[in-house]
Amino acid sequence: MVQRSTAQRSNDSIPLPDKIQIALSVNGVETTLRVAPWTTLLDALRDHLDLTGTKKGCDHGQCGACTVLVDGRRINSCLTLAVMKDGASVTTVEGLATRDALHPLQQAFIDHDAFQCGYCTPGQLCSAAGLIAEGKAKSPDEIRELMSGNICRCGAYPNIVAAIQQAMGGKS
Amino acid sequence: MINFQYSRASDVAEAVRMIAADPAAKFIAGGTNLVDLMKDDVERPSRLIDISRLPLKAVEATADGGLRIGALVPNSDLAYHPLIEQRYPLLSSAILAGASQQLRNMASTGGNLLQSTRCAYFYDTVTPCNKREPGSGCSAIGGINRIHAILGASEDCIATHPSDMCVALAALDAKVRVTGPAGERVIGFGDFHRLPGNTPQTDTNLHPNEIVTAVELPASGFAKNYSYLKIRDRLSYAFALVSIAAALELEGGVIKEARLALGGVAHKPWRDSAAEAALRGQRADQAGFARAAELLLRDAKGYEHNAFKIELARRGIVRTLTQAAHATPQSQSDKKIR
Repeated sequence: MVQRSTAQRSNDSIPLPDKIQIALSVNGVETTLRVAPWTTLLDALRDHLDLTGTKKGCDHGQCGACTVLVDGRRINSCLTLAVMKDGASVTTVEGLATRDALHPLQQAFIDHDAFQCGYCTPGQLCSAAGLIAEGKAKSPDEIRELMSGNICRCGAYPNIVAAIQQAMGGKS
Repeated sequence: MINFQYSRASDVAEAVRMIAADPAAKFIAGGTNLVDLMKDDVERPSRLIDISRLPLKAVEATADGGLRIGALVPNSDLAYHPLIEQRYPLLSSAILAGASQQLRNMASTGGNLLQSTRCAYFYDTVTPCNKREPGSGCSAIGGINRIHAILGASEDCIATHPSDMCVALAALDAKVRVTGPAGERVIGFGDFHRLPGNTPQTDTNLHPNEIVTAVELPASGFAKNYSYLKIRDRLSYAFALVSIAAALELEGGVIKEARLALGGVAHKPWRDSAAEAALRGQRADQAGFARAAELLLRDAKGYEHNAFKIELARRGIVRTLTQAAHATPQSQSDKKIR
């Protein structure tokens, strides 16, 4: 195997860019923060805003643990650069419940025991909230297909589908 | 991920000026592929030029009865667009066969065309790869090549293009509208991507500093007789081992027009004019479909781990053409192949 020469590919001569100020509405709270261009939305939420509900799983868009809603649409925050979302509205798992009541999806996940270790759950919940807003999934097959971007290593999939069906108002 | 500069383009002309001013800069739109490659140190741009706010988000009618899709229309919006669902359901089906809904919400139409291969050696910066580092060698030819090409490969590269959407666009004879320092031009879909030859580092025939602004569909969408069948190691959220887009125009059981494009088998979406010509004027039956499959695969070559793809493609072509002829397209949620 040939070890790639790092010197050949280095661009150390480029000066560090200044941090860039961006405005985000996160769970209804207007926030400004200064981020480097390479800060992902996931890292901005967890490390800059201390919203650690959103999880870093694979960090490559393959597991869905980092799923949040941006302007109402579910995305992978690990593959999103925070600077590109200047002005956007972000909902994380911390923003799903109201002061007194769990979000219907959160209640349904409890009712159906739709998790074991819980690490994928914030992503599952945000993804399911996006799925319900999209209105494209009706049958269990369609829920499974449109939730396929969220991996659960504990294998709680049947209960996750049942919980989402309950929250959609279908049979529980 | 390396440190880089960030700029935001406010119109297409400015985007072209910005990229021409910095040879190591890259455009970013959805970021689903580029940010991933940057995290793995495969891509090391000096600057990202954010084109995500350019006004390229419309789906509109063209003078010749087709549709023009702005390069920044997200994959999910395109798949569910009423005009795409009604007039080009093959495209809708292919898009929904790829990635996850989160990624489709992020990924742009133009970016889907410009995806890099998912060859593991391209991603692994400690192994030789002619695509990543020209002249270093191809690790896949003698390595784990289960997902690699069986058609149009070279001694320098056996990588495949990973897109599903592009397979449908190839079958539909789409065109790609681009703008560069020399102005605007239109590229036929078959000429947009290229085979690896001895320059596998080049994926497309875009000129330097050109930007994709739109994809155009012709009037004919094959909305009645079509199917997109994707065969992969998982039921969802995996790249194709082999995928097939089939579209037919039938007249009393006889094939008037036929389109056949394959994904997961070559460096570009694979179409074969001889196979399509062999279908035209014939009855839509299994024997004819099998002859077309034989023709399309006549030069197929397997490697140690992917030779199964040749038989998989042969059977998949016959099955997908049958689904198209019967107007029973493959469902992308009910995974049973009928």
